[in-house]
Amino acid sequence: MPWLSTLMGVSVLGALGVTLIRNDKLAKQFTLLVSLIVLALTVTMAVQFSPNGDQWQFQENHSWIPAFGVNYSLAVDGIALVLILLSVILVPIVVLASWHDAEKGKRSVRTYFSLILVLEAMMIGVFAATDVFLFYVFFEAMLIPMYFMIGSYGGPQRAYASVKFLLYSLFGGLLMLVAVIALYSIAGKNTFMLSDLIGTIQDVNTQKWLFLGFFVAFAIKAPLWPFHTWLPDAAAQAPAGAAVLLVGVLDKVGTFGMMRFCLQLFPDAAAYFTPLVIVLAVIGVIYGAIVAIGQTDMMRLIAYTSVSHFGLITLGVFAMTKGNPGAQDAGTGATLYMVNHGFSTGALFLIVGFLIYRRGSKFIPDYGGVQKVAPILAGTFLVAGLSSLSLPGLSTFVSEFMVLAGAYRLHVPATVIATMGVILAAIYILWMYQRTMNGPTAESVKTLPDLNAREKWVVAPLVALLLVFGFYPKPLLDVINPAVKDTLSSVSVTADQAAAAPGVKEGK
Amino acid sequence: MEAAEIASITQHSGGAIGAAWLMIALPLVGAAVLLLGGRRTDKFGHLLGVLMAVASFVVAALAFVQLLGFAPGERRRGVSLFEFIPGLVDKVGLLVDPLSISFCLLITGVGSLIHVYSIGYMAHDPNRRRFFAYLNLFVAAMLLLVLADNYLALFVGWEGVGLASYLLIGFWQHKPSAATAAKKAFIVNRVGDVGLLIAMFTIFATFHSLTFSGVLDRAGDASQGTLTAIGLLLLVGACGKSAQLPLQSWLLDAMEGPTPVSALIHAATMVTAGVYLIVRSGPIFEGTGTAQLVVTIVGVATLLAGAIIGTAKDDIKKALAGSTMSQIGYMVLAAGVGPAGYAFAIAHLITHGFFKADMFLGAGSVMHAMNDEVDMRKYGGLRKVMPITFATFLVGYLAIIGFPLLSGYFTKDGIIETAMEHSAVLGWLAVLGAGITGFYMSRLVFMTFFGKKRWDAKAHPHESPAVMTVPLLLLSIGSIALGAYLILGNRFMIFLSPAVGAPEHLPEFHPFSAPGLATLALVAIGAAFAWLRYGAAEVPATAPRGSFLTTFARRDLYGDALNEALFMRPGQWLTRLAVFFDNRGVDGLVNGLAASIGGSSGRLRRVQTGFVRSYALSIFVGAAVLVGAWFVVGNL
Amino acid sequence: MTTHYLVLSALLFAIGGVGVLVRRNAIVVFMCVELMLNACNLAFVTFARQNGSLDGQVIAFFVMIVAAAEVVIGLAIIVTIFRTRRSASVDDASLLKH
Repeated sequence: MPWLSTLMGVSVLGALGVTLIRNDKLAKQFTLLVSLIVLALTVTMAVQFSPNGDQWQFQENHSWIPAFGVNYSLAVDGIALVLILLSVILVPIVVLASWHDAEKGKRSVRTYFSLILVLEAMMIGVFAATDVFLFYVFFEAMLIPMYFMIGSYGGPQRAYASVKFLLYSLFGGLLMLVAVIALYSIAGKNTFMLSDLIGTIQDVNTQKWLFLGFFVAFAIKAPLWPFHTWLPDAAAQAPAGAAVLLVGVLDKVGTFGMMRFCLQLFPDAAAYFTPLVIVLAVIGVIYGAIVAIGQTDMMRLIAYTSVSHFGLITLGVFAMTKGNPGAQDAGTGATLYMVNHGFSTGALFLIVGFLIYRRGSKFIPDYGGVQKVAPILAGTFLVAGLSSLSLPGLSTFVSEFMVLAGAYRLHVPATVIATMGVILAAIYILWMYQRTMNGPTAESVKTLPDLNAREKWVVAPLVALLLVFGFYPKPLLDVINPAVKDTLSSVSVTADQAAAAPGVKEGK
Repeated sequence: MEAAEIASITQHSGGAIGAAWLMIALPLVGAAVLLLGGRRTDKFGHLLGVLMAVASFVVAALAFVQLLGFAPGERRRGVSLFEFIPGLVDKVGLLVDPLSISFCLLITGVGSLIHVYSIGYMAHDPNRRRFFAYLNLFVAAMLLLVLADNYLALFVGWEGVGLASYLLIGFWQHKPSAATAAKKAFIVNRVGDVGLLIAMFTIFATFHSLTFSGVLDRAGDASQGTLTAIGLLLLVGACGKSAQLPLQSWLLDAMEGPTPVSALIHAATMVTAGVYLIVRSGPIFEGTGTAQLVVTIVGVATLLAGAIIGTAKDDIKKALAGSTMSQIGYMVLAAGVGPAGYAFAIAHLITHGFFKADMFLGAGSVMHAMNDEVDMRKYGGLRKVMPITFATFLVGYLAIIGFPLLSGYFTKDGIIETAMEHSAVLGWLAVLGAGITGFYMSRLVFMTFFGKKRWDAKAHPHESPAVMTVPLLLLSIGSIALGAYLILGNRFMIFLSPAVGAPEHLPEFHPFSAPGLATLALVAIGAAFAWLRYGAAEVPATAPRGSFLTTFARRDLYGDALNEALFMRPGQWLTRLAVFFDNRGVDGLVNGLAASIGGSSGRLRRVQTGFVRSYALSIFVGAAVLVGAWFVVGNL
Repeated sequence: MTTHYLVLSALLFAIGGVGVLVRRNAIVVFMCVELMLNACNLAFVTFARQNGSLDGQVIAFFVMIVAAAEVVIGLAIIVTIFRTRRSASVDDASLLKH
């Protein structure tokens, strides 16, 4: 059974179906149903995944544009599988959370939900693509639904934010397109298949240029400092649900791409650029946290915390170089971090979204003492916040610890500085919590209702996932570990070949 | 009886030791039920909380009895639980040994008493259920901290107690001061946590393991420098949690929490976690004299700083908090001495747990009676209206100043003697600290229970209900007898030796050694001085301005001022700068680029005049150029 | 023989081109464009005849059809402009730059 195509097909058909339903409420319910079906299918698929089997499973391969050797080729390894799981878990949660979000504007409510499903298909595709060209297509196509979700349903400055988001991403995407085409023609194998391209580029200088083409695109997507400024605008203007998918899943494509393409295709260039990238990542960790402390807009604050967290993920990804004894831990940690960050930041965005929906303001000074009137809201907010500051017992801690412990083996000063981010994280989260939830109850929030049943159903699964994987991360780790091992082996194998390459080349 | 060698860990599965996880699970379940159950559990919440704490104590007691059944060389029992992070910490397990079981008994025993006390103390609070949920959460996390068999699980418990402490300090979160204090406690603790985290990274990089058995048994393999680094980093963690210099500032503010919290978390158990960490990591510290030296210096500095702060505080809880800092300083000092001091450190930790909890709860009882007034200048003469509270408080007081034959006398004296053997300077400074303790504790007692009534007009003090006084009585029994029981005949040192080792020659107890007599003399002088100032003389209702030294002590030795000047203000400045830089610098660059592209497009646009004939002309010229070019190229 | 036809075609094309550039009246400009199209037609037909193939003649028909369509739309536009502005001068209409 072509699992991956089925998943995407169901989402796309669902998206079409939603637009046909005239009744808004029915359309929402239908969207929820479709996303739950996709979730159920994905879980069924994930159960059949054998972690210690082949690296690539559920393969599908069809020729798409034979003239250029482009294939419609999908498959997942452990890394892609957990990220797809993250996406399909977040989608129904976002659908349920966005129940009334699209109603405020003049735009069609149905279209919003339809866009979510389209986006879901794109997200599955981008993680599952094993053909570089197909990946590029999904990478760019993902922008379209997100552009409309921000541009049509966002806050007052949505036009500015969505155009900025689109231009930034397109800029990176075009650099990547150049690199993709160059890779294709330099490799000269008339194929875009990732597995065939690994190890084909031997010349270190060529590798460096191609690496930069891919890396800048992913660094913008991730977002890595200093390419991050689109994120606070986009996340702050997007409706909360879209912000969750944007930061929780779309941005992960950046770090995922670094791991899958930058490291595997250009191992020597990656090794060459590692010091630079790690410096950027560490700056991002500290800088994102410091700027987050200074924010008064809650959505922007969370967006900046993500800049900080993405710095840590990037640190983990680029600790996966040859010669780092902690590469396995760092890589697994980084992958796990991508998943956990999706849940943790997702929960934070959604709960802040509920808060903003009630009070109608994103600004921290407009709140105070909410804990007294809405204890459940405050409690879940605190749990989500604590997961953002990586409190042990919540899953984010496991991943953060793995990343740092793994990176520490080779990059001691960088890791020590990045660890300082732990203190800053406590400051930005707890200070925000104190200013909104503690203290005397502000006049304007005295009548805020607590979470209703729908909202509790939104938050409960996220909190449960954070807790369960905080104490028992083994199921995820068992899936990720072999995949990271395979990735690492291709990183080091090609590097070894490259080391031996000069002799071989001259022989030719 | 002879001290035993450090035993190797035997896996174990049966009996109460095998079920040690229940100790953690029971209060955890209690917390979960109370938090998730919400208002539905309001009616029985406090009872469930007490039940879970007591049940945990029962398991701990059974495990203790079972442990005693083994020969000393077999008293380290490992209980493996579940697989955690493959590669880093393959399996999480518990380690039941004399050290951890001593803590378990203290935590669950004193914890249960404080749970019971809280029923009365929090009776009128609408959120009493939530309070018990947090208390249960704390007990679970603290037990995980001491029972874990590896550093990572210890850290989970370590942060868990930090969270519980945060929640409980800020329990009355509508008070901005409480919320700020809670946040401060968490953040300062995080500074220590960074030390602990980096220590763990270094440990893992050096030993490829994070389990105690994998690390401590091979501590000798590592280089001196590495051990020193690990030791100092662990010390940073310990300083954060145990409020040692320079990370002490949060503890005084933490008194914003309800008094049972101050008794349980900020006196008896959580703040002693740093001592536990140092003693547990003994082999690392023993391998590096430098780290040990720093530990002892930190201990002595804090014991003096805490005592000095204690002398100037009018807030009864803050005076006690200063005293807690100081007493933990003694424990850290002893822990830094090595195997000779471990037993004294832990013994003092246990007796301190009793008498300090006793006094905190006593202070709570006083506050309860005085409409939550904490200013001792508004107390006075309370001994007559609150006889039980007074009697129990007096026991705690006598124990802490080291009145002969009470608990503190034996344990503190042990620490001073050990420190004296280690280094005379440290020893005499510790003696001096004891003298100051005599002064400030006497001052506290005299201001509260003796002298004239200086009560508020609205205050009608009365003795607290039995649910509060019975725990006080039980704690004071411990404060009287425990020290002698643990120290005489080196009973505790021998009991602990399979876990932490023991010095080659067991110390002998000298009732009339020079340091011991000097201590007693200094304490007596301190107490007499306090009597002159605060017992016999009138206590002014408002604090006099006092000398520079008094202000120095009142302002917590300018710890907060220093933090503010060094970290907070530059931090705020840096934050503002970073936000400005991000908006104007990084984003400004991007927007500037966009604007310049837009500007040049606007200029290019002017080429389009809109006149058809000019377009036609350019078309013809273009065509002519093309044709001309074709001719030229064609002719080449 | 062919040369004469081609010279005539070039001459007509040049007259048309100059007309487009110098005349202001839209109708005249329009007629000049037609003249250029027909000059091309003449060239196509001439080459078709010379090469003995029908391709050129077919193209000429295409050009005529395009020219006819152009007349329809172009005249309509000119008439509309004239109605609104009372002028058929191409120099008066520069609204497209905005």
